Amino acid sequence: MQRVGARPTDDVCQTKSIMIHEFFQLLSGWSSLDTAIAGSAALTAMSCALPGAWLVLRKHSMMGDALSHSALPGVVMAFLFAVSMKQAGWISEAQKDAFLQVFLFVGAVVVGVGTAWLTEWVQRLGRLDSGASLGVVFTAVFALGLLLIRLDVDDVHIDVDCVLFGIIETAALQTVPGTSIPEPVLVNGAIFLINLLLMVLFYKELKLAAFDPGLATSLGIPARGIHYGLMAVTAMTVVAAFTTVGSILVIGLLIIPAATALMLSERLKVVLALSVGVAALSAVLGHVLTLTLPRMIFSRLGYPTIEDAGTAGMMSVTAGMLFLAALFLSPRHGVISKLIHRLRLGQKIAGDDILGLLFRFEEQTAIRPTDITVPDLVAKQNGISPWLMSLSVRRLLRGDYVSRQTTGELILTERGRESAKSLVRAHRLWEAYMAKHFELPDDHLHETAHRVEHFIDDDIQNRLQTELESPEMDPHGKSIPEKTEP
Amino acid sequence: MSVALILGLLLGAGGVQNAIPFVPNLRLGTHALETPFREPEETVVSVVKLEKRSSQTGAFPSGVWEQGSPGSIHSVLAQKPTPPLLSRLWRVLSLRDYNTRVVLLGTTMLGITAGIVGTFMLLRKRALVGDVVGHSALPGIAIAFLVMEGLSPGTGKWLPGLLAGAFAFGLAGAVSVMLIDKYSRIKADAAMAMTLSVFYGLGAALFTIVQKVPGGNAAGLKTYLNGKTASLIADDVWLFVGVAAVVLTLTMLLMKELTILCFDDQFAAAEGWPVFWLDTLLIGLVVTVTIIGMQSVGLILVVATLIIPPASARFWTDDIRRMTLGAGLVGGMSSFFGTIISALFPRMAAGAVIVLTGAFLFALSLLFGTKRGVVIHWWQQRKLRQDVGRVDLLRASFELIEYAVSDPTPTSEEMVAHEIPLGDLISMRAWDAASLRRLIGTAVRDDLMRPTSGDVWRLTESGAEEARRIARNHRLWEMYLMQYAHIAPSHVDRDADLIEHVLDPELIAELEHQLDHMEDNVPVSSHATSGSSSD
Repeated sequence: MQRVGARPTDDVCQTKSIMIHEFFQLLSGWSSLDTAIAGSAALTAMSCALPGAWLVLRKHSMMGDALSHSALPGVVMAFLFAVSMKQAGWISEAQKDAFLQVFLFVGAVVVGVGTAWLTEWVQRLGRLDSGASLGVVFTAVFALGLLLIRLDVDDVHIDVDCVLFGIIETAALQTVPGTSIPEPVLVNGAIFLINLLLMVLFYKELKLAAFDPGLATSLGIPARGIHYGLMAVTAMTVVAAFTTVGSILVIGLLIIPAATALMLSERLKVVLALSVGVAALSAVLGHVLTLTLPRMIFSRLGYPTIEDAGTAGMMSVTAGMLFLAALFLSPRHGVISKLIHRLRLGQKIAGDDILGLLFRFEEQTAIRPTDITVPDLVAKQNGISPWLMSLSVRRLLRGDYVSRQTTGELILTERGRESAKSLVRAHRLWEAYMAKHFELPDDHLHETAHRVEHFIDDDIQNRLQTELESPEMDPHGKSIPEKTEP
Repeated sequence: MSVALILGLLLGAGGVQNAIPFVPNLRLGTHALETPFREPEETVVSVVKLEKRSSQTGAFPSGVWEQGSPGSIHSVLAQKPTPPLLSRLWRVLSLRDYNTRVVLLGTTMLGITAGIVGTFMLLRKRALVGDVVGHSALPGIAIAFLVMEGLSPGTGKWLPGLLAGAFAFGLAGAVSVMLIDKYSRIKADAAMAMTLSVFYGLGAALFTIVQKVPGGNAAGLKTYLNGKTASLIADDVWLFVGVAAVVLTLTMLLMKELTILCFDDQFAAAEGWPVFWLDTLLIGLVVTVTIIGMQSVGLILVVATLIIPPASARFWTDDIRRMTLGAGLVGGMSSFFGTIISALFPRMAAGAVIVLTGAFLFALSLLFGTKRGVVIHWWQQRKLRQDVGRVDLLRASFELIEYAVSDPTPTSEEMVAHEIPLGDLISMRAWDAASLRRLIGTAVRDDLMRPTSGDVWRLTESGAEEARRIARNHRLWEMYLMQYAHIAPSHVDRDADLIEHVLDPELIAELEHQLDHMEDNVPVSSHATSGSSSD
């Protein structure tokens, strides 16, 4: 018997250790190229996380989507411009790549700011909702880009090889001349540093403009200028990130780290630092998972040919997983901690209600019903689930507030009686206070007092008592218990 | 082909991945846009080498996913020697080509349907959900393929299965946005951006895997993803017609429910409507339209047709029924004309042209819409400014005359006879000489004032009457405010100043009644008038 029972556990352990072993075996093939990719990806993600955090704080997240789509015509035009300059003989073949890089950034910034401006303009002039005006503008700009490609690029007879490899050569494999640093590391690292510098320089302005544009304007900070500056920086960052992760996944890199950080903290500086950290983590983890997870899953499903998935896609998925983890596990704002908090509160309130009812029965012994237990009665009156009720009763028993008699009935212990007395006192003081200061009919007093009694501590009780000049009776004619001496 | 390659690159070619043999390239591979899938053996020039690499490592045609490629009508025409424009126009308009008929009917149908569904999304302030849904659907297709292929090899490209997968994930994307928005401190905009990119990232990762599954890189799935590279076929159009019929029927049946959902969902919930299910139904309609349209005409077009037509229709009407019809009309029109334009000229992708036609119609509506258009709004504002200016001018004149004439209420004769110099008028209000001259000019044209000499004017008979009426309204309101609203005499002037322009005769009668008759006279001002206090 015992052996049979033990076997599945062994199997699980074994499977687990095999999988861990496999994981590290797959990772042992990590090469300097992987380091280059992970490094490039991490720097890209970090450079995106900074402007992204401000987009999220300003509730302009979908602007990231719009900017990455509307960059298209900017890129096409930069491209056409570089080619026609070369054709005109102004720049040499070798210079073209450098010029193209510059034009790409300039084009992206121009179109990005233009899109932001047009969106705002349509929103204000047409009195449309921001999402709708964004949708109208970015789809139209994107369509324009598509048309430009099809109409013009063909006519210009571009030297495809050059253009293609001019950009592709900037990949992780391509190192900066004379060093072993991959080019994306340099480009995205530079963008990250620029973003960091700008943010440090304009921290106060960004903060004010994000949280209180009215105050910012009255202090002489151009809130609109900050908005367009942020758009320009975002557009530039997005274009730099295109070469490593592509246009759609850039949105994820912009938004997800910041959203994750916002789940974890309320302090702006912490949020900013956390989003950069989450971005780097999701990039590196994304690449690690790319190398391991697909093979581990699909080799078991009978597809041994699957070796890896795309790093960019996995980065986005990893970032999403990190967000989900924060969504559930965040100590303050997480779904689980909120659930626990609500459960605790429910338990406390149910327990308080039991104590209060027991105390009232002690006051008037005659009316205690015999056919129903006190917890059931409380559950019935307040619509509390039996499960929560049994939790509360257990808590009361454990805390020595009540004891169970041989008949199964609950009675108050000395400690419980003190606690109940305080509760009932709070309840009746509140009723008296409400009756004195609000023109409420008597039958409306109990309901509010019943709800608020759990939150009236000794201090408020004393103040109520002073305010009411130490009343003896509540409005229903029941005596208000004396304060218990500690 | 070069275009396709560049496009792939521009849409975010995976530079890193491309240069590295074993890391699959997610972004490149739009070669599938117009060329058939190339086998790895093919090596010609460096461009093709790139293509080869991307096909080996599992290209994911993201560019095509984004843009679609419905515009292949011209490819039919282009195969023949190009006839002159007029005869091409005639050829397209007469619907002589079967292909033209199919594409025109298909895109128009889609435009109408998307416009109608989009109306509710726009009013619900969820215009961008279509965007999220379209991107979220990607992993659904890959997973549906993998599941079907895993169950019985060779069946992976069964269209309804793939559509079902796309539908499920599109819906999941939309629902996760709603859930994140509701249960966390993250706002809807960030939730949309996150969902969109995480699902899309998952799809991108899965597609590189699909490429390596035996049978996964054959043409079938790609064709599906590319949005029917050749063009729409009759079956698609029937699908559109079916979807349109379902959508139209549901919208007509649920018009009241959807309207209430769009304008006051809390009221709807309080009234006992199943708000959650209505919302889900609406999202379901959006997902259906997006998925069906996307595989034929491309994602960006569907997103645009979900947003642009309703946004345009909004400028023409305040009535939701008319707006729905209008959105259908704009959607249909932009698809129809866009398709025709793209058929007339070579190298005009229909998707892009349709979007731009829609954007053009939107711009027209924004400017000339009869309800919320810019021009009409500007005109109304101008008229209001003129009315307000006239009232201000006449009351200032009245107060000047009243101050000059000893009798508290000047007679008509006295008013007409009194000369009003510009300098006195300027000191009455915070206005400058130029704008005051403009106001007086308008008043002269309307025969309310007439020039005497230089910068001096007099009121005409009708001007005097009007001035008296205006001053009277103003003071009645002041008295009302003092008597019933307990506002201090020193404060009533500004309140009355704001409201006097919109007091209608009925309200004046009511005020008179409240304040116990007041002959036809102007009551004496209850505080120092600006005429007396200015010196």
